Amino acid sequence: MSEACTSRELMIYTISRLLKGVRHVAVGQSSPMPAAGAMLLRAINQRDGLEHVQVSILGSVKHNSFTGGAEELFDCAAQGRLDAFFLGGGQIDGQGNVNLVGTGDYPNNPVRWPGSFGSAYLYFLVPRVILFREEHSLRSLVERVDFVSAPGVTDETVYRRGGPHALLTNAALFSFEREAGRFRLESTHPGHDWRDIRGTTGFAYDNEQCEATTPSPDEATLALIRGRIREELRECYPQFAGNMPGPC
Amino acid sequence: MTEFVTPQKMAEMIPSGCKLGLAPDDYGASPRLVRMLIDRGIRDLHVVCAPIGGMQVDMLIGAGAVATLETSAVSLGEAGGAPCFSRAVRDGSIRLRDATCPAVFAGLTAAEKGVPFMPIRGIIGSDVLEKRDDWKVTSNPFDDGEQIVVVSAIQPDIALFHAPEADRFGNVRLGRRREVMLLAHASKKAFVTVERISDVSLLEDEKMAAGVLPAIYVSAVAQLQNGGWPTGLYAEYPRDGQEIEKYARAARSPEGFLAYVRDSRSAA
Repeated sequence: MSEACTSRELMIYTISRLLKGVRHVAVGQSSPMPAAGAMLLRAINQRDGLEHVQVSILGSVKHNSFTGGAEELFDCAAQGRLDAFFLGGGQIDGQGNVNLVGTGDYPNNPVRWPGSFGSAYLYFLVPRVILFREEHSLRSLVERVDFVSAPGVTDETVYRRGGPHALLTNAALFSFEREAGRFRLESTHPGHDWRDIRGTTGFAYDNEQCEATTPSPDEATLALIRGRIREELRECYPQFAGNMPGPC
Repeated sequence: MTEFVTPQKMAEMIPSGCKLGLAPDDYGASPRLVRMLIDRGIRDLHVVCAPIGGMQVDMLIGAGAVATLETSAVSLGEAGGAPCFSRAVRDGSIRLRDATCPAVFAGLTAAEKGVPFMPIRGIIGSDVLEKRDDWKVTSNPFDDGEQIVVVSAIQPDIALFHAPEADRFGNVRLGRRREVMLLAHASKKAFVTVERISDVSLLEDEKMAAGVLPAIYVSAVAQLQNGGWPTGLYAEYPRDGQEIEKYARAARSPEGFLAYVRDSRSAA
Protein backbone atom coordinates (compact mmCIF):
# COMPACT_ATOMS: atom_id res chain seq x y z
CA MET A 1 0.00 0.00 0.00
CA SER A 2 1.56 3.33 -1.03
CA GLU A 3 1.61 6.52 0.99
CA ALA A 4 -1.81 8.24 1.05
CA CYS A 5 -2.57 10.91 -1.56
CA THR A 6 -1.24 14.29 -0.42
CA SER A 7 -3.20 17.54 -0.66
CA ARG A 8 -0.99 18.64 -3.57
CA GLU A 9 -1.51 15.37 -5.42
CA LEU A 10 -5.26 15.77 -5.02
CA MET A 11 -5.00 19.26 -6.56
CA ILE A 12 -2.82 18.01 -9.41
CA TYR A 13 -5.37 15.28 -10.13
CA THR A 14 -8.25 17.77 -9.90
CA ILE A 15 -6.51 20.07 -12.39
CA SER A 16 -6.22 17.16 -14.82
CA ARG A 17 -9.97 16.55 -14.44
CA LEU A 18 -10.75 20.22 -15.07
CA LEU A 19 -8.72 20.07 -18.27
CA LYS A 20 -10.53 17.06 -19.69
CA GLY A 21 -11.27 17.58 -23.40
CA VAL A 22 -8.78 20.38 -24.09
CA ARG A 23 -6.52 20.12 -27.14
CA HIS A 24 -3.97 22.72 -26.08
CA VAL A 25 -3.20 23.89 -22.57
CA ALA A 26 -0.49 26.38 -21.62
CA VAL A 27 1.04 26.90 -18.20
CA GLY A 28 2.75 30.12 -17.10
CA GLN A 29 5.96 30.59 -15.12
CA SER A 30 6.16 29.60 -11.45
CA SER A 31 3.20 27.21 -11.68
CA PRO A 32 4.38 23.72 -10.75
CA MET A 33 0.98 22.27 -9.86
CA PRO A 34 -0.84 23.47 -12.98
CA ALA A 35 2.12 22.15 -14.99
CA ALA A 36 1.79 18.80 -13.21
CA GLY A 37 -1.97 18.70 -13.82
CA ALA A 38 -1.53 19.39 -17.54
CA MET A 39 1.24 16.79 -17.81
CA LEU A 40 -0.99 14.31 -15.98
CA LEU A 41 -3.86 14.75 -18.44
CA ARG A 42 -1.40 14.27 -21.30
CA ALA A 43 -0.06 11.09 -19.69
CA ILE A 44 -3.53 9.70 -18.90
CA ASN A 45 -4.77 10.34 -22.43
CA GLN A 46 -1.67 8.72 -23.86
CA ARG A 47 -2.07 5.72 -21.57
CA ASP A 48 -5.74 5.30 -22.43
CA GLY A 49 -5.34 5.89 -26.17
CA LEU A 50 -7.35 9.13 -26.05
CA GLU A 51 -6.68 12.30 -28.08
CA HIS A 52 -3.27 13.95 -27.88
CA VAL A 53 -3.03 16.96 -25.55
CA GLN A 54 -0.60 19.71 -26.52
CA VAL A 55 1.03 21.02 -23.35
CA SER A 56 3.03 24.26 -23.51
CA ILE A 57 4.99 24.87 -20.32
CA LEU A 58 6.53 28.34 -20.29
CA GLY A 59 10.07 28.12 -18.99
CA SER A 60 10.55 24.62 -20.36
CA VAL A 61 12.75 23.62 -23.26
CA LYS A 62 11.35 20.07 -23.49
CA HIS A 63 7.66 20.77 -22.97
CA ASN A 64 7.24 23.81 -25.19
CA SER A 65 7.17 23.77 -28.97
CA PHE A 66 6.78 27.53 -29.58
CA THR A 67 9.43 28.88 -31.93
CA GLY A 68 8.08 32.44 -32.10
CA GLY A 69 9.27 33.55 -28.67
CA ALA A 70 7.10 34.56 -25.74
CA GLU A 71 4.69 36.47 -28.01
CA GLU A 72 3.56 33.26 -29.66
CA LEU A 73 1.51 32.16 -26.64
CA PHE A 74 -0.44 35.42 -26.77
CA ASP A 75 -0.93 35.20 -30.53
CA CYS A 76 -2.13 31.61 -30.15
CA ALA A 77 -4.63 32.74 -27.53
CA ALA A 78 -5.91 35.57 -29.73
CA GLN A 79 -6.52 33.15 -32.58
CA GLY A 80 -8.37 30.61 -30.48
CA ARG A 81 -5.56 28.06 -30.61
CA LEU A 82 -5.32 27.79 -26.85
CA ASP A 83 -8.08 26.12 -24.85
CA ALA A 84 -6.92 26.44 -21.25
CA PHE A 85 -4.60 28.48 -19.06
CA PHE A 86 -4.08 29.10 -15.34
CA LEU A 87 -4.09 32.23 -13.27
CA GLY A 88 -3.19 32.56 -9.62
CA GLY A 89 -3.87 35.68 -7.70
CA GLY A 90 -2.97 37.14 -4.36
CA GLN A 91 -6.65 38.02 -4.17
CA ILE A 92 -9.61 36.57 -6.07
CA ASP A 93 -13.08 37.99 -5.56
CA GLY A 94 -16.64 36.73 -5.95
CA GLN A 95 -17.01 38.28 -9.44
CA GLY A 96 -13.94 36.41 -10.65
CA ASN A 97 -11.69 39.48 -10.57
CA VAL A 98 -8.04 38.63 -10.06
CA ASN A 99 -5.42 40.75 -8.28
CA LEU A 100 -1.77 39.92 -8.94
CA VAL A 101 -0.44 43.36 -8.00
CA GLY A 102 -0.85 43.89 -4.28
CA THR A 103 -3.00 44.86 -1.31
CA GLY A 104 -3.96 48.40 -0.33
CA ASP A 105 -3.69 51.44 -2.58
CA TYR A 106 -1.77 51.49 -5.83
CA PRO A 107 1.00 52.44 -6.59
CA ASN A 108 2.58 52.29 -3.11
CA ASN A 109 0.98 49.00 -2.10
CA PRO A 110 2.05 47.96 1.41
CA VAL A 111 2.13 44.37 0.16
CA ARG A 112 3.29 44.13 -3.42
CA TRP A 113 3.16 40.94 -5.52
CA PRO A 114 5.09 40.35 -8.75
CA GLY A 115 2.55 41.87 -11.15
CA SER A 116 -0.20 41.11 -13.64
CA PHE A 117 1.88 39.04 -16.13
CA GLY A 118 -0.38 38.14 -19.09
CA SER A 119 -3.59 37.97 -17.05
CA ALA A 120 -5.25 41.18 -18.29
CA TYR A 121 -5.17 39.74 -21.80
CA LEU A 122 -5.42 35.95 -21.53
CA TYR A 123 -8.49 36.14 -19.26
CA PHE A 124 -10.41 37.53 -22.24
CA LEU A 125 -9.20 35.07 -24.83
CA VAL A 126 -8.70 31.63 -23.30
CA PRO A 127 -12.02 29.76 -22.96
CA ARG A 128 -11.08 27.75 -19.88
CA VAL A 129 -9.08 29.80 -17.39
CA ILE A 130 -8.56 27.85 -14.19
CA LEU A 131 -7.99 29.99 -11.13
CA PHE A 132 -5.57 28.23 -8.88
CA ARG A 133 -4.77 29.49 -5.41
CA GLU A 134 -3.52 27.06 -2.78
CA GLU A 135 -4.35 29.28 0.17
CA HIS A 136 -8.07 29.21 0.99
CA SER A 137 -8.58 32.09 3.41
CA LEU A 138 -10.45 35.31 4.01
CA ARG A 139 -7.35 37.16 2.91
CA SER A 140 -7.00 35.40 -0.47
CA LEU A 141 -10.70 34.96 -1.37
CA VAL A 142 -12.17 38.42 -0.84
CA GLU A 143 -15.41 40.25 -1.50
CA ARG A 144 -13.66 42.82 -3.70
CA VAL A 145 -10.04 42.79 -4.88
CA ASP A 146 -7.89 45.85 -4.08
CA PHE A 147 -6.60 45.99 -7.66
CA VAL A 148 -8.10 44.42 -10.78
CA SER A 149 -5.30 42.82 -12.78
CA ALA A 150 -7.91 41.04 -14.87
CA PRO A 151 -11.70 41.41 -14.63
CA GLY A 152 -13.93 38.34 -14.31
CA VAL A 153 -16.77 39.66 -16.46
CA THR A 154 -17.08 42.27 -19.22
CA ASP A 155 -19.89 44.04 -21.06
CA GLU A 156 -20.79 43.17 -24.64
CA THR A 157 -18.87 46.08 -26.26
CA VAL A 158 -15.63 44.25 -25.53
CA TYR A 159 -14.45 41.19 -27.43
CA ARG A 160 -14.36 38.31 -25.01
CA ARG A 161 -14.50 34.57 -25.49
CA GLY A 162 -12.53 33.57 -22.43
CA GLY A 163 -12.77 33.85 -18.70
CA PRO A 164 -12.89 32.01 -15.40
CA HIS A 165 -13.90 28.35 -15.60
CA ALA A 166 -13.14 27.10 -12.09
CA LEU A 167 -11.43 28.08 -8.86
CA LEU A 168 -9.33 25.46 -7.12
CA THR A 169 -7.81 25.89 -3.64
CA ASN A 170 -6.30 23.46 -1.14
CA ALA A 171 -9.74 23.09 0.45
CA ALA A 172 -12.39 23.20 -2.28
CA LEU A 173 -13.37 23.38 -5.93
CA PHE A 174 -15.74 26.02 -7.33
CA SER A 175 -17.08 26.44 -10.84
CA PHE A 176 -17.76 29.91 -12.30
CA GLU A 177 -21.19 30.77 -13.65
CA ARG A 178 -20.50 33.32 -16.38
CA GLU A 179 -24.09 34.48 -16.81
CA ALA A 180 -24.51 35.20 -13.12
CA GLY A 181 -20.90 36.29 -12.62
CA ARG A 182 -20.65 34.14 -9.48
CA PHE A 183 -18.87 31.08 -8.19
CA ARG A 184 -20.62 27.83 -7.29
CA LEU A 185 -19.19 25.41 -4.75
CA GLU A 186 -18.73 22.05 -6.51
CA SER A 187 -16.94 19.97 -3.87
CA THR A 188 -14.85 20.16 -0.73
CA HIS A 189 -11.56 18.28 -0.42
CA PRO A 190 -11.26 15.35 2.03
CA GLY A 191 -10.89 16.74 5.55
CA HIS A 192 -13.00 19.86 4.82
CA ASP A 193 -16.77 20.39 4.84
CA TRP A 194 -19.02 23.13 3.51
CA ARG A 195 -19.07 24.92 6.89
CA ASP A 196 -15.27 25.31 6.86
CA ILE A 197 -15.48 26.66 3.34
CA ARG A 198 -18.19 29.17 4.22
CA GLY A 199 -16.07 30.36 7.12
CA THR A 200 -12.89 30.83 5.11
CA THR A 201 -14.34 32.30 1.90
CA GLY A 202 -14.72 36.07 1.83
CA PHE A 203 -17.32 36.26 -0.95
CA ALA A 204 -20.86 35.02 -1.56
CA TYR A 205 -21.30 31.95 -3.81
CA ASP A 206 -23.96 29.45 -4.81
CA ASN A 207 -24.54 25.92 -3.48
CA GLU A 208 -23.14 26.81 -0.06
CA GLN A 209 -24.26 23.60 1.63
CA CYS A 210 -22.45 21.38 -0.84
CA GLU A 211 -21.94 17.82 0.45
CA ALA A 212 -19.84 16.52 -2.46
CA THR A 213 -16.24 15.48 -1.80
CA THR A 214 -13.51 16.09 -4.37
CA PRO A 215 -12.55 12.69 -5.79
CA SER A 216 -9.03 11.38 -5.13
CA PRO A 217 -6.86 9.72 -7.78
CA ASP A 218 -6.83 5.92 -7.99
CA GLU A 219 -3.61 3.95 -7.35
CA ALA A 220 -2.60 3.88 -11.02
CA THR A 221 -3.02 7.65 -11.40
CA LEU A 222 -1.15 8.29 -8.16
CA ALA A 223 1.68 6.12 -9.44
CA LEU A 224 1.75 8.18 -12.63
CA ILE A 225 2.04 11.42 -10.60
CA ARG A 226 4.84 9.98 -8.45
CA GLY A 227 6.70 8.52 -11.39
CA ARG A 228 6.45 10.10 -14.83
CA ILE A 229 4.99 13.47 -13.79
CA ARG A 230 7.52 14.00 -11.03
CA GLU A 231 10.32 13.33 -13.51
CA GLU A 232 8.81 15.62 -16.17
CA LEU A 233 8.51 18.43 -13.60
CA ARG A 234 12.17 18.20 -12.63
CA GLU A 235 13.40 20.26 -15.58
CA CYS A 236 11.54 23.45 -14.61
CA TYR A 237 10.68 22.82 -10.97
CA PRO A 238 13.53 20.87 -9.39
CA GLN A 239 12.72 22.00 -5.84
CA PHE A 240 9.02 21.24 -6.13
CA ALA A 241 9.64 17.84 -7.73
CA GLY A 242 12.19 17.01 -5.05
CA ASN A 243 9.57 17.58 -2.35
CA MET A 244 6.98 15.32 -3.97
CA PRO A 245 6.57 11.72 -2.82
CA GLY A 246 8.46 9.42 -5.19
CA PRO A 247 7.64 5.99 -6.58
CA CYS A 248 7.15 3.32 -3.91
CA MET B 1 29.26 48.54 -37.81
CA THR B 2 29.25 46.44 -34.63
CA GLU B 3 31.82 47.41 -32.02
CA PHE B 4 33.58 44.62 -30.15
CA VAL B 5 34.32 45.84 -26.63
CA THR B 6 35.22 44.59 -23.19
CA PRO B 7 32.36 44.14 -20.70
CA GLN B 8 33.77 47.08 -18.70
CA LYS B 9 33.68 49.30 -21.77
CA MET B 10 30.11 48.17 -22.54
CA ALA B 11 29.05 49.12 -19.03
CA GLU B 12 30.54 52.59 -19.56
CA MET B 13 28.66 52.94 -22.86
CA ILE B 14 25.28 52.73 -21.10
CA PRO B 15 24.55 56.21 -19.73
CA SER B 16 22.58 57.15 -16.64
CA GLY B 17 19.08 58.34 -17.50
CA CYS B 18 18.63 56.17 -20.58
CA LYS B 19 15.65 54.00 -21.42
CA LEU B 20 17.07 50.51 -21.01
CA GLY B 21 15.29 47.43 -22.36
CA LEU B 22 16.09 44.18 -20.54
CA ALA B 23 15.28 40.54 -21.28
CA PRO B 24 13.80 38.27 -18.58
CA ASP B 25 15.91 36.12 -16.27
CA ASP B 26 16.86 32.83 -17.95
CA TYR B 27 15.92 34.17 -21.41
CA GLY B 28 18.64 36.62 -22.20
CA ALA B 29 19.14 38.45 -18.91
CA SER B 30 22.68 39.76 -18.50
CA PRO B 31 23.11 40.02 -14.73
CA ARG B 32 26.90 40.09 -14.78
CA LEU B 33 26.93 43.15 -17.02
CA VAL B 34 24.17 44.65 -14.88
CA ARG B 35 26.45 44.16 -11.85
CA MET B 36 29.05 46.27 -13.62
CA LEU B 37 26.46 48.99 -14.20
CA ILE B 38 25.74 48.95 -10.47
CA ASP B 39 29.43 49.03 -9.60
CA ARG B 40 29.95 52.09 -11.73
CA GLY B 41 27.01 53.85 -10.03
CA ILE B 42 24.51 54.15 -12.88
CA ARG B 43 21.39 56.23 -12.01
CA ASP B 44 17.95 57.39 -13.19
CA LEU B 45 17.28 54.53 -15.56
CA HIS B 46 13.94 54.01 -17.22
CA VAL B 47 13.91 50.22 -17.27
CA VAL B 48 11.65 48.44 -19.74
CA CYS B 49 11.24 44.77 -18.85
CA ALA B 50 10.48 42.75 -21.95
CA PRO B 51 8.10 41.70 -20.60
CA ILE B 52 9.05 40.81 -16.99
CA GLY B 53 11.97 41.34 -14.64
CA GLY B 54 13.80 39.17 -12.14
CA MET B 55 16.99 39.23 -10.17
CA GLN B 56 18.92 41.67 -12.36
CA VAL B 57 16.07 44.19 -12.21
CA ASP B 58 15.69 43.72 -8.46
CA MET B 59 19.42 44.40 -8.04
CA LEU B 60 19.23 47.56 -10.15
CA ILE B 61 16.32 48.77 -8.01
CA GLY B 62 18.14 47.87 -4.79
CA ALA B 63 21.16 49.84 -5.96
CA GLY B 64 19.01 52.93 -6.49
CA ALA B 65 19.65 52.92 -10.24
CA VAL B 66 16.02 52.90 -11.39
CA ALA B 67 13.77 55.97 -11.66
CA THR B 68 10.99 54.42 -13.76
CA LEU B 69 10.08 50.77 -14.10
CA GLU B 70 7.87 49.53 -16.90
CA THR B 71 7.07 45.85 -16.35
CA SER B 72 4.42 43.16 -16.29
CA ALA B 73 5.96 41.60 -13.18
CA VAL B 74 9.12 41.31 -11.13
CA SER B 75 9.74 37.94 -9.50
CA LEU B 76 12.59 35.65 -8.47
CA GLY B 77 10.67 32.57 -9.64
CA GLU B 78 11.02 29.61 -7.27
CA ALA B 79 12.95 31.88 -4.87
CA GLY B 80 9.81 34.00 -4.37
CA GLY B 81 9.08 37.72 -4.48
CA ALA B 82 11.60 40.37 -5.47
CA PRO B 83 12.59 42.05 -2.20
CA CYS B 84 14.11 45.34 -3.42
CA PHE B 85 11.23 45.82 -5.85
CA SER B 86 8.64 45.36 -3.08
CA ARG B 87 10.52 47.78 -0.85
CA ALA B 88 10.80 50.41 -3.57
CA VAL B 89 7.07 50.12 -4.28
CA ARG B 90 6.26 50.72 -0.60
CA ASP B 91 8.69 53.64 -0.33
CA GLY B 92 7.52 55.15 -3.59
CA SER B 93 11.13 55.45 -4.70
CA ILE B 94 10.43 54.24 -8.25
CA ARG B 95 7.83 55.44 -10.73
CA LEU B 96 5.78 52.41 -11.71
CA ARG B 97 4.24 51.64 -15.06
CA ASP B 98 2.54 48.31 -14.52
CA ALA B 99 1.80 46.45 -17.73
CA THR B 100 0.64 43.08 -19.00
CA CYS B 101 3.06 40.96 -21.05
CA PRO B 102 1.37 41.07 -24.47
CA ALA B 103 0.93 44.86 -24.17
CA VAL B 104 4.69 45.24 -23.76
CA PHE B 105 5.16 43.11 -26.86
CA ALA B 106 2.54 45.19 -28.69
CA GLY B 107 4.37 48.41 -27.75
CA LEU B 108 7.69 46.97 -28.88
CA THR B 109 6.06 45.72 -32.10
CA ALA B 110 4.77 49.25 -32.80
CA ALA B 111 8.33 50.58 -32.39
CA GLU B 112 9.69 47.77 -34.55
CA LYS B 113 7.28 48.70 -37.33
CA GLY B 114 7.77 52.43 -36.86
CA VAL B 115 4.10 53.10 -36.14
CA PRO B 116 2.86 55.13 -33.14
CA PHE B 117 0.65 52.49 -31.51
CA MET B 118 -0.66 48.97 -31.73
CA PRO B 119 -4.16 47.65 -30.95
CA ILE B 120 -4.50 44.74 -28.53
CA ARG B 121 -7.32 42.56 -27.23
CA GLY B 122 -8.46 42.33 -23.63
CA ILE B 123 -7.31 44.65 -20.82
CA ILE B 124 -10.53 46.72 -20.74
CA GLY B 125 -12.00 46.79 -17.24
CA SER B 126 -8.65 46.21 -15.54
CA ASP B 127 -6.95 48.66 -13.20
CA VAL B 128 -3.78 48.08 -15.23
CA LEU B 129 -5.44 50.11 -17.99
CA GLU B 130 -6.73 52.75 -15.55
CA LYS B 131 -3.19 53.51 -14.39
CA ARG B 132 -1.64 53.89 -17.84
CA ASP B 133 -1.94 57.29 -19.50
CA ASP B 134 -0.09 55.97 -22.55
CA TRP B 135 -2.74 53.32 -23.26
CA LYS B 136 -6.15 54.30 -24.59
CA VAL B 137 -9.47 52.72 -25.43
CA THR B 138 -10.74 53.48 -28.91
CA SER B 139 -13.45 52.18 -31.25
CA ASN B 140 -12.49 49.70 -33.87
CA PRO B 141 -12.40 51.95 -37.00
CA PHE B 142 -13.95 49.09 -38.98
CA ASP B 143 -16.66 48.29 -36.42
CA ASP B 144 -17.98 51.12 -34.23
CA GLY B 145 -19.63 48.66 -31.89
CA GLU B 146 -16.33 47.33 -30.61
CA GLN B 147 -14.02 48.94 -28.07
CA ILE B 148 -10.34 48.08 -28.25
CA VAL B 149 -7.16 49.11 -26.41
CA VAL B 150 -4.25 50.79 -28.18
CA VAL B 151 -0.82 50.99 -26.56
CA SER B 152 1.81 53.51 -27.58
CA ALA B 153 5.10 52.41 -29.11
CA ILE B 154 7.92 51.44 -26.73
CA GLN B 155 11.36 52.32 -28.05
CA PRO B 156 14.20 51.75 -25.60
CA ASP B 157 17.40 53.72 -26.17
CA ILE B 158 19.42 50.60 -25.53
CA ALA B 159 18.50 46.93 -25.34
CA LEU B 160 20.92 44.94 -23.19
CA PHE B 161 20.85 41.16 -23.24
CA HIS B 162 22.97 38.04 -23.09
CA ALA B 163 23.08 35.45 -25.88
CA PRO B 164 24.87 32.17 -26.51
CA GLU B 165 26.90 33.28 -29.49
CA ALA B 166 27.91 36.11 -31.81
CA ASP B 167 30.13 35.93 -34.88
CA ARG B 168 33.00 38.29 -35.63
CA PHE B 169 30.70 40.27 -37.95
CA GLY B 170 28.30 41.16 -35.14
CA ASN B 171 25.49 38.72 -35.93
CA VAL B 172 23.98 37.20 -32.79
CA ARG B 173 22.30 33.80 -32.47
CA LEU B 174 19.07 33.95 -30.44
CA GLY B 175 17.43 30.76 -31.68
CA ARG B 176 13.84 30.49 -30.55
CA ARG B 177 13.97 33.55 -28.29
CA ARG B 178 12.14 35.76 -30.75
CA GLU B 179 11.01 38.13 -28.00
CA VAL B 180 14.66 39.13 -27.55
CA MET B 181 14.84 39.67 -31.32
CA LEU B 182 11.75 41.89 -31.02
CA LEU B 183 13.37 43.87 -28.21
CA ALA B 184 16.47 44.40 -30.35
CA HIS B 185 14.43 45.42 -33.40
CA ALA B 186 12.43 47.94 -31.35
CA SER B 187 15.39 49.56 -29.59
CA LYS B 188 17.64 52.28 -31.00
CA LYS B 189 20.71 50.21 -30.14
CA ALA B 190 21.35 46.67 -28.95
CA PHE B 191 24.27 45.84 -26.65
CA VAL B 192 24.85 42.12 -26.38
CA THR B 193 27.03 40.04 -24.07
CA VAL B 194 27.79 36.56 -25.38
CA GLU B 195 29.26 33.28 -24.21
CA ARG B 196 31.47 32.90 -27.28
CA ILE B 197 32.41 34.55 -30.56
CA SER B 198 32.51 32.48 -33.73
CA ASP B 199 34.94 33.12 -36.60
CA VAL B 200 32.42 31.74 -39.06
CA SER B 201 29.40 33.85 -40.02
CA LEU B 202 26.24 32.64 -38.30
CA LEU B 203 24.31 33.55 -41.44
CA GLU B 204 26.18 31.00 -43.54
CA ASP B 205 24.18 28.06 -42.24
CA GLU B 206 20.67 28.34 -43.64
CA LYS B 207 19.36 26.06 -40.86
CA MET B 208 20.45 28.56 -38.26
CA ALA B 209 20.02 31.90 -40.06
CA ALA B 210 16.36 32.48 -39.14
CA GLY B 211 17.30 32.48 -35.46
CA VAL B 212 20.06 35.04 -35.92
CA LEU B 213 19.79 38.74 -35.12
CA PRO B 214 21.69 40.44 -37.95
CA ALA B 215 24.50 42.87 -37.12
CA ILE B 216 22.38 45.73 -38.55
CA TYR B 217 20.75 45.98 -35.13
CA VAL B 218 23.76 45.18 -32.97
CA SER B 219 25.78 48.20 -31.82
CA ALA B 220 28.16 46.41 -29.49
CA VAL B 221 29.18 42.88 -28.51
CA ALA B 222 31.21 41.89 -25.45
CA GLN B 223 32.30 38.37 -24.65
CA LEU B 224 31.30 37.54 -21.09
CA GLN B 225 31.32 33.87 -20.24
CA ASN B 226 28.59 32.77 -17.87
CA GLY B 227 27.09 36.24 -18.35
CA GLY B 228 23.62 34.96 -17.52
CA TRP B 229 24.70 33.74 -14.07
CA PRO B 230 23.17 33.33 -11.56
CA THR B 231 20.08 33.23 -13.76
CA GLY B 232 20.11 30.77 -16.63
CA LEU B 233 20.57 31.04 -20.36
CA TYR B 234 17.92 29.36 -22.49
CA ALA B 235 19.02 25.94 -23.79
CA GLU B 236 22.60 26.57 -22.54
CA TYR B 237 22.61 26.41 -18.76
CA PRO B 238 20.01 26.39 -15.97
CA ARG B 239 19.72 29.02 -13.26
CA ASP B 240 21.77 28.63 -10.11
CA GLY B 241 18.82 28.22 -7.77
CA GLN B 242 20.95 28.20 -4.64
CA GLU B 243 22.61 31.49 -5.49
CA ILE B 244 19.26 33.13 -6.23
CA GLU B 245 17.91 31.79 -2.89
CA LYS B 246 20.96 33.26 -1.23
CA TYR B 247 20.26 36.60 -2.88
CA ALA B 248 16.57 36.44 -1.94
CA ARG B 249 17.46 35.91 1.72
CA ALA B 250 20.13 38.60 1.78
CA ALA B 251 18.07 41.25 0.00
CA ARG B 252 15.25 41.08 2.56
CA SER B 253 16.93 44.05 4.25
CA PRO B 254 18.69 47.00 2.57
CA GLU B 255 21.81 46.19 4.60
CA GLY B 256 21.71 42.56 3.49
CA PHE B 257 21.36 43.67 -0.12
CA LEU B 258 24.39 45.95 0.13
CA ALA B 259 26.42 43.19 1.77
CA TYR B 260 25.44 40.76 -1.00
CA VAL B 261 26.48 43.19 -3.71
CA ARG B 262 29.76 43.97 -1.93
CA ASP B 263 30.65 40.30 -1.35
CA SER B 264 29.65 39.06 -4.77
CA ARG B 265 31.79 41.78 -6.35
CA SER B 266 34.90 40.53 -4.60
CA ALA B 267 34.07 36.98 -5.72
CA ALA B 268 33.63 37.96 -9.37
